[in-house]
Amino acid sequence: MSDAAITPSAEAEVKWGRVRQSRRIQDRILRVGCTTATALAVFVLFWILGMLLWKGGQGISLDLFTKITPGPGSQGGGLLNAIVGSIVLTFLGIAIATPIGVMAGTFLAEYGKGSKLAELVRFINDILLSAPSILIGLFVYVVLVMPFQGYSGWAGSVALAIIALPVIVRTTEDMLRLVPNGLREAAAALGAPASIVIRQVSWRAAKAGIVTGILLALARIAGETAPLLFTALNNNFWFNWNLTGGISNLPVTIYAFASAPYDNWQQLAWAGALLITGAILVLSIAARALINRK
Amino acid sequence: MSMMTVQDAPSAAAADQGAKVRIGVRGLDFYYGSFHALKNINMNFHDRQVTAMIGPSGCGKSTLLRIFNRIYSLYPEQRATGEVTLDGRNILSPSIDVNELRARIGMVFQKPTPFPMSIYDNCAFGLRLYEKLSKSELDDRVEQALRKAALWDEVKDKLKQSGMGLSGGQQQRMCIARTIAQQPDVILFDEPTSALDPISTGKIEELIEQLRADFTIVIVTHNMQQAARISQYTAFMYLGELIEFGPTTKIFMEPQQKRTLDYVTGRFG
Amino acid sequence: MVAVSEQTYKTARTDTRRAKPFRFDPLFAAATRAAAITVLVLLFGIMASMIYGGWPAFRAFGLGFLTGTQWDTMNDVYGGLPAIVGTLSTALIAMVIGVPLSIGTAIYLTQLAPAWFKRPVGTAVELLAAVPSIIYGMWGLFVFVPLFAAWFQVPVSSVVEGMPIVGTIFYARSPSGLGILSAGIILAFMIVPFIASLTRDMLDQIPTVLRESAYGIGCTTWEVVRHVLLPQAGVSIIGAIMLGLGRALGETMAVTFVIGNANRLSASVMDPGSTIASRIASEFNEALGMQMNALIGLGCVLFFVTFVVLVIARILVSRVRQY
Repeated sequence: MSDAAITPSAEAEVKWGRVRQSRRIQDRILRVGCTTATALAVFVLFWILGMLLWKGGQGISLDLFTKITPGPGSQGGGLLNAIVGSIVLTFLGIAIATPIGVMAGTFLAEYGKGSKLAELVRFINDILLSAPSILIGLFVYVVLVMPFQGYSGWAGSVALAIIALPVIVRTTEDMLRLVPNGLREAAAALGAPASIVIRQVSWRAAKAGIVTGILLALARIAGETAPLLFTALNNNFWFNWNLTGGISNLPVTIYAFASAPYDNWQQLAWAGALLITGAILVLSIAARALINRK
Repeated sequence: MSMMTVQDAPSAAAADQGAKVRIGVRGLDFYYGSFHALKNINMNFHDRQVTAMIGPSGCGKSTLLRIFNRIYSLYPEQRATGEVTLDGRNILSPSIDVNELRARIGMVFQKPTPFPMSIYDNCAFGLRLYEKLSKSELDDRVEQALRKAALWDEVKDKLKQSGMGLSGGQQQRMCIARTIAQQPDVILFDEPTSALDPISTGKIEELIEQLRADFTIVIVTHNMQQAARISQYTAFMYLGELIEFGPTTKIFMEPQQKRTLDYVTGRFG
Repeated sequence: MVAVSEQTYKTARTDTRRAKPFRFDPLFAAATRAAAITVLVLLFGIMASMIYGGWPAFRAFGLGFLTGTQWDTMNDVYGGLPAIVGTLSTALIAMVIGVPLSIGTAIYLTQLAPAWFKRPVGTAVELLAAVPSIIYGMWGLFVFVPLFAAWFQVPVSSVVEGMPIVGTIFYARSPSGLGILSAGIILAFMIVPFIASLTRDMLDQIPTVLRESAYGIGCTTWEVVRHVLLPQAGVSIIGAIMLGLGRALGETMAVTFVIGNANRLSASVMDPGSTIASRIASEFNEALGMQMNALIGLGCVLFFVTFVVLVIARILVSRVRQY
């Protein structure tokens, strides 16, 4: 309060406008600053999306989905092999991560009451959740690529699985924790042992949430590039289900093509970027819709 | 209703005739961590009688109920010492298979707990666990249980729909059907009507009255009128101790203890 | 009244009893435990593989691996200082720019935005966090960098040229737009949605009563935020910031696009440089022998730096929702 406001004024009536000017200015600065920050973030989102639509939209054609990636200096081409390769790698990654992740999350939520192991796993899982993805790529390189003398689709999907795993563990645990204990007690009271209570009651009750976690994990790994650079590598060949060799995939193709000196490559990189971002945003929105519907 | 029994005045007679003891409690203590929740409880529960447990909230009546099917053992920090017998066998002994025990002693909870599955699957849940039944046998048992729970007519056309779509009272009767489908020896009711409206409450009370023909029933209630209406025996608990236990008429008409008198006459402070 | 002599409801069931119904139960418990242990094995596996892969480089160069400025593939001499400094300085720039923006956004989303506006804007911010790193890299390289060179580097360089200290830090020898500062700015944009949505969740958890009572004694929004909300959320906001820092330190693709990938140490943030992650991403596939060991060794350094940051972050945040 300013001195003027504290000093009793000559008139007895209460005066308005006693809020000190500097407080108003401070408040105004906060409001303007915060609004600007948010506007900037939203603006960047639309800027990026606009750029992708504008540059990538020009490259969307039937060829994109029917032709394979062109070699250096050749004309035209599409992304068919990269799209198929990415889908295979991503889903294989999720297929590896889902059972392990759901089981680990189940351990934390259902068996881990007061257990030191659960506490440690929870903590380490949270670290793994934020571990730089390039290190996961290096790890898979050291354990799967180096000993077997070669890049492989398997190594790529294992790297993606390691990135997806902590996301699934975390959401599964959180969602199982939302299942009321009364439901577990009711099932146990009918004589159901823990494994049946979990599989037939807890999992079922938490299904939407667990699926959301898997969708989020899918969105997370669909655009991952760094861990694929030296695990799945990339090639310009038709996808042939041979996961023991290098396998073409969208993110690494985009990386390789984006700064290449060929116009058709750059065009394909933008089109690929649009596809991948579109897919990820659709997945994220679907996950949110699923969880909000409940 | 198909089931009828002779209804003497709440049969205190059974006590004097010394009906068979189903559950016996000897020197029972219970702890939540370091909190001593039940202190040296001794009492008997008689075959095919309804025993009500009353007392102010926090007195330990639900805790006692949760010992009989050892549901407390889901929580590692909770433990019971002493002896609780079911037909003479100590159920607190580590050699007892708790899952089988729970199949023999059913429990109905305070709030309806429909599983996220169809009405039929809810009722068949316990049956499928413990009995090998053909499809038609299973259908029969589910139907019998639903009829017994007075729910069949309301749900017979929508057995495949989710149990969560039923009203609260219907859900609670479905939970009762789910429990009796297993044909347990004892059914525990933990304030089964506290989340229901008066009409649903009335239906559940009628149901308990009829179930007495087949099952030994223990009911925890915070509602003294309910205890007086449906039980043959009443136990009054206070601060983790069993204050008084006896035929319901006696507990309500001529209690021996001052605290019981104060509680049943509403003078409890 | 006569008792109806009806058969009782209960039937004999000995014949339908299952023999041993639950042999599967302990197996299932063991399987969940094994899955949980997998998580532990993975993290320690990452740690072990980094130490194992980097060991030859640590042994060959000793402490010089951390302090050496030479990265010479011809003579097989590897010093990681430029990459380490690049990693720390880009992350620092990202924090300086990103943290105020993040907190501002979180405050807007929880305190200032009209109710109907919170959902869409909040979702937009979360979607920004879902955009893959490589897309930020392309946006950075093709859109941001040219603008940054023309509208920031060139004018600033001409102003600061020759000035002491400021001139050293902000002068661009070749205003290409690529460099440490550009990378830091892109990183800032990447961590804003991340820190902002975490902070928003924390501010949302503060009981409304607290806010209302502060307004009730006549506080302005600024005062409520400054004296009530931020102190209340305090430690966990620092945790969220540390999580953002962990992300900025290890971010790879976006940085690789815009940092210019120079192996030398420069005093100016306008000059090209490299981070540990960008160095690994751009060199690893052609690396052989000691160069590969040196790169994995850098990965090891990155692992321990981020590990420490993330451990501190997790302790501070102690379980806030985050996907």
